[in-house]
Amino acid sequence: MRAAGNAAADNSTDSAIVAPAMNVDPTGAGFTIAQRAAAKTPRAVSRRMSGLSDRALAWIMIAPTMVLLLAINVFPLLWTIQLSFTNYRANRPNAPVLNVGTDNYTSILTDVDVWTAMQATAHFVFWTILLQTLIGFALAYLIDRKFRGHGFWTTVILIPMMLSPAVVGNFWTFLYQPQIGLFNYVVAFFAGIPSSSFQMIGSVSLAPWSIIIVDTWMWTPYVMLICLAGLRSIPDYIYEAAEVDRASKLRQFWSITLPMVMPFIMLAVLFRGIENFKMFDMVNLLTSGGPGSITELASITLKREAFEKWRTGYSSAFAIILFVAVFGLANIYVKALNRVKDR
Amino acid sequence: MNKLMTGLGTLVVSGLLSAMPANAQSKQITLCWAAWDPANALVELSKDFTTKSGIAMKFEFVPWPNFADRMLNELNSKGKLCDLMIGDSQWIGGSAENGHYVKLNDFFAKEGIKMDDFLPATVYAYSTWPKGTPNYWALPAMGDAVGWVYRKDWFAKPDIQAAFKAKYNRDLAPPKSWTELKEVGEFFQGKEIDGKKVYGASIYTERGSEGITMGATAAMYAWGFQYDDPKKPYAMEGFTNSKEAVEALDFYKSLYKCCTPPGSSNSYMSEGLDAYKSGQVAMMMNFFAFWPGLYKDEKVGGDKIGFFGNPKQKVEGSTLGGQGISVVSYSPNKEAALEYIKWFAQPDVQKKWWALGGYSCHKSVVNDPGYAKSAPFATDFLTALGTVKDFWQEPAYARLLLDMQKRVHDFVVADKGTAKEALDLLVKDWQKVFKDEGKL
Repeated sequence: MRAAGNAAADNSTDSAIVAPAMNVDPTGAGFTIAQRAAAKTPRAVSRRMSGLSDRALAWIMIAPTMVLLLAINVFPLLWTIQLSFTNYRANRPNAPVLNVGTDNYTSILTDVDVWTAMQATAHFVFWTILLQTLIGFALAYLIDRKFRGHGFWTTVILIPMMLSPAVVGNFWTFLYQPQIGLFNYVVAFFAGIPSSSFQMIGSVSLAPWSIIIVDTWMWTPYVMLICLAGLRSIPDYIYEAAEVDRASKLRQFWSITLPMVMPFIMLAVLFRGIENFKMFDMVNLLTSGGPGSITELASITLKREAFEKWRTGYSSAFAIILFVAVFGLANIYVKALNRVKDR
Repeated sequence: MNKLMTGLGTLVVSGLLSAMPANAQSKQITLCWAAWDPANALVELSKDFTTKSGIAMKFEFVPWPNFADRMLNELNSKGKLCDLMIGDSQWIGGSAENGHYVKLNDFFAKEGIKMDDFLPATVYAYSTWPKGTPNYWALPAMGDAVGWVYRKDWFAKPDIQAAFKAKYNRDLAPPKSWTELKEVGEFFQGKEIDGKKVYGASIYTERGSEGITMGATAAMYAWGFQYDDPKKPYAMEGFTNSKEAVEALDFYKSLYKCCTPPGSSNSYMSEGLDAYKSGQVAMMMNFFAFWPGLYKDEKVGGDKIGFFGNPKQKVEGSTLGGQGISVVSYSPNKEAALEYIKWFAQPDVQKKWWALGGYSCHKSVVNDPGYAKSAPFATDFLTALGTVKDFWQEPAYARLLLDMQKRVHDFVVADKGTAKEALDLLVKDWQKVFKDEGKL
């Protein structure tokens, strides 16, 4: 940044003078990027900029981004924190807004229903990550073999993650339909039972698994892609050296492949963990949190409190609790990830 | 240069030409409602208004499961999308207190629109806040209640009649009580008719918006359910969780378990219609609003369909549907919106509204000697409107509704606890809400 800034500032006038004199186009090949940028800078601007320090220039460059970041990230966060200590309700503009201290936080943390939602979320996050990592890595390992048509199969596998979660939620409700759904038909075909003898979405014991299956179907390709990038980043000469040392395939896998792909797997787990902790759309469309509250994830509870019950202060506190939980866990995890990378 | 001028000239002329129709009909108002059969009838009816007034109508219809979410967000954000709102009856408390709707008393007085011209139950339910006071925030627009349809053609089959009589020692007929309804449901459940497996009944079980509450209360009202002590408002202990309420909720669960098609754990209006139209069920619970459309249906309508009101158990009772039409406070076209309401309140327009498939609440329509014969469900509709009860219409209705959705779905569909426990928890939830509202 500094070098480019210097070059741009120093060369802007020179290039503008030199170029016509030498009858050479400074935007063409043979010039540095800085020289080309300087040549493109209008003379009035370059004159005004020439008096500025590098640091001032740097601030000018990043200021729009900083302002945007403050406006759309930091300000709402601070405002949410402030609202979380009040009884504010967005649908009651005329009602007095009172400071309720930590009442909202106490109420949330002692609410049995909130903890039930947190348990449902934990169950969902744990199983989706486990299944997606195992299947995603296995698929990546297979695709990495570069068999005939592997490009085609890679594209086919990637299709689910390209769909909108709303679309996925909707069409899986049809797939899970006990009488005409394809899922029930396939299971019934292999299990030799009537397809309408069980229901995935309406059953208390199967509903949590129904959302896990859909999320795994949709996002395993994403984990596979990251794992594939990891597998392709391992240099061949390491395997060649292992071959020379007569290491078995299993030994190569445990001692080379897995440790070297581990940072990628951990990264995939981090991304999926954060995403699934705040999962809303797909589950809302698939089960609406039901039957009862069996699949009511924390984000669904939060949405209901915030935009259906309009308890803005309460839901702000809930959002802060969720944010702290995700942020804290992600930070601990990133530290672990860095340790693995440094090994 | 000449070419440039010619091009600019062409652009200006074509711009003027395209703007001409817009200027010819510059006034336009937007009416917001749910996307369902009666909304299509209203589009047809409103063409007369445009012809008469020169005001163009635009419509914003949202499917029922998202209707409250979408429109209450619009009102809460003081949006200008809707000039007229046919909002759900339960919204009236919040919309009146939060200033979303224009109070219509002065307008009604000025234009000679009398609330006495409309059915009292609909005025009470769709127009007034506080309830029962002469403070009007809407004009009754669409009367509605929960009712039932049944497969008249199946009921009429001699072999089915004989089998039913052999089992229950009475003729198979539209049920007069919930007990009878369950018997009919059990009878049809899993039976093979015309080579196809059929089921007893489709009932409301939806979790996300208001479905299971509308369904369960249809049973609970028939058991004499009351939300609170009539002598002591908001005193719910012993009322919301009364013996009768527990019995009714238990019954509703047993109906769900015994007699619904597989995969009915999240079923509301459209799912019920799908089940009925596809010939899966012998009976269906749904709003009267759908009956005109079903009656016209080529596959299941006409002679094949029969109608009956919500069955009695201990008392007559039915769940209120329907809406009033209000002017949105944030509308920049209030005058035109009020003109629409003035036009809509006219007896002739109300008659056409009923003829097109909308349920008029105007006395000139329902007291007409030919009304009972105008549709096979007309009498049932009037009977239902005489016995309807509505959910809380409090400003905090959404909290109250979501609490009930959760507790009832937890018990009926997710098998969590007993009916008594579910209603006890509901009382606690509601007490908390009213405490927050400063009413307890």
